[in-house]
Amino acid sequence: MRIRILPIVAHVLAIIAVLPLLWIVISALKPVEDVFDFGWPSTWTLDNLQYVLLKIPMPRFMLNSAIVSVAVTVIALFFHSMAAYALARLRFPGRGIIFSGIMSTLLVSLPVILVPLFLVAKQLGLLDSYAGLIVPSIFHAFGIFLLRQYYLNIPRELEEAADLDGCGYWRRYWSVILPLSRPVLASLSVLFFLANWNAFLWPLTITRNPDLRVIQLGVSGMQGQYASAWNLILAAAVIAAVPTVVVFVAGQKRLVDAMKTTGLK
Amino acid sequence: MSRKRREALAAYAFLAPDTLGLLIFVALPMVLAFGVAFFKVDGFGNYQYVGLANYKLMAGDDQLLASLKVTAIYVVTFVPIAFVVSFALAMLVRNHFKGIGWVRSAFFLPNVVSLVVVGLIWQFLLVDKRGALSKLLAPLGLGDVSFLGTPSLALGTYVVISVWFLMGYQMLVFLAGLKDVPKDLEDAAEIDGASSWQRFRFVIWPLLRPTSFFVVVNSTIGAVTGLQAFDLVFVLTKGGPARATSTVVLYIYEQAFTFNNMGYAAALTTVVVAILVLCTGLMFGVTRGGRFDED
Repeated sequence: MRIRILPIVAHVLAIIAVLPLLWIVISALKPVEDVFDFGWPSTWTLDNLQYVLLKIPMPRFMLNSAIVSVAVTVIALFFHSMAAYALARLRFPGRGIIFSGIMSTLLVSLPVILVPLFLVAKQLGLLDSYAGLIVPSIFHAFGIFLLRQYYLNIPRELEEAADLDGCGYWRRYWSVILPLSRPVLASLSVLFFLANWNAFLWPLTITRNPDLRVIQLGVSGMQGQYASAWNLILAAAVIAAVPTVVVFVAGQKRLVDAMKTTGLK
Repeated sequence: MSRKRREALAAYAFLAPDTLGLLIFVALPMVLAFGVAFFKVDGFGNYQYVGLANYKLMAGDDQLLASLKVTAIYVVTFVPIAFVVSFALAMLVRNHFKGIGWVRSAFFLPNVVSLVVVGLIWQFLLVDKRGALSKLLAPLGLGDVSFLGTPSLALGTYVVISVWFLMGYQMLVFLAGLKDVPKDLEDAAEIDGASSWQRFRFVIWPLLRPTSFFVVVNSTIGAVTGLQAFDLVFVLTKGGPARATSTVVLYIYEQAFTFNNMGYAAALTTVVVAILVLCTGLMFGVTRGGRFDED
């Protein structure tokens, strides 16, 4: 009997875990005066979502976030796969040192280096620009590490065939390795997109211009502006969260694969 | 040009973009922090050498002390609670049952949403008196409790929300580790008459040590320096009430960008880096490189 009880417990806990998320979606669809009411709305309304989309430049925030997230993801995957290819497949002096050097940056997180990174970005003229949002977000050792692990497991014979055909290193990377890494690149792109869409601290630090505001800044900014208009704040929060949930559901399997590998195996 | 040389040149070219980027945007800031720490920097970017003044300032900084305390309490509560919760969840969803896919996703879903949204969700659910939780607890006479407005409760609330946010991710790491526990070892123990507790204690737990080590290190680093230590408190409480949730990284941010004390913020950064290096070294020392072997 004990065995049958556990799945029920699991289902109940799962519902409790998602309940806060469900709660705000439902609340965002309630009229202002009902926002704190329990349960199903007596009347459903799209007014909150409509207001946030039309009266607040929410579409602009989303566009900014989309530009930054896609740019960072594409460039990062390109750079990381090149670096990983060299680390996994090529022999050269200093490989060990370079690899450990890259790995050691895994310990460093944005909040730690925020202040000096801001000073560097300022010196490079990156304040208040798309480049400032994009470029510093590209470089992270995690993707390099994951891709390197993947490339170590690709059979060498595949590359040797290309070598015999007289292909240079670039061709081998571009036409042999890259096509073979589609699954891992897909996993990473889900991960990178989510991380950048959800980014808050760096955009908060590097931008002042309202036209460059990304979605998370826009949503958090509602706190001050619409202090107790919870119906609007929740509508904005739901709009910010929907793309992440969609990407998660669509890329779930890939995401889980990539996450599991963070367990450093 | 020899083949060896060509291969090396190709490798350096492949590595150049990422290596350069990491040097400029990760390594350089680390080094720079130690340099800027000796300067007073004003809002206009004027640097003035002040020697060790920034470090001396720390000794009399009560708010820094308060923030260090907040981060310390956060680490020693969040890390073990998140560990136990996510481990329990992993054991719960380890073996197949009907609907396991949805259950696993449900536990992970909070981690997909941004910390800003997470902060707003909980602020809404925890609104004083009118919020969902207050209404839920009203029958117990706890309807007037202000979870985010009471200094003694705010930090605990922040810990619980962090656990909710991160449990699904840590659960996945544990699941990956559990996959490597050979089923026949467990079966053999069962045939030998081991109870489920004994199977857990003497088969699963020892084999899961590397995973456990990774989770503890990772979650400690995250608790001190991760985005959870900034984004979430920034949205949820702004460090209040009465600095009860002011983490070290939030305090550094305020010093740098609210009060324009870049030099002091840089000095504080170097202290956090030192603490981090020390802790990681200590953990590796204690566990002999995370190997955990008992022999």
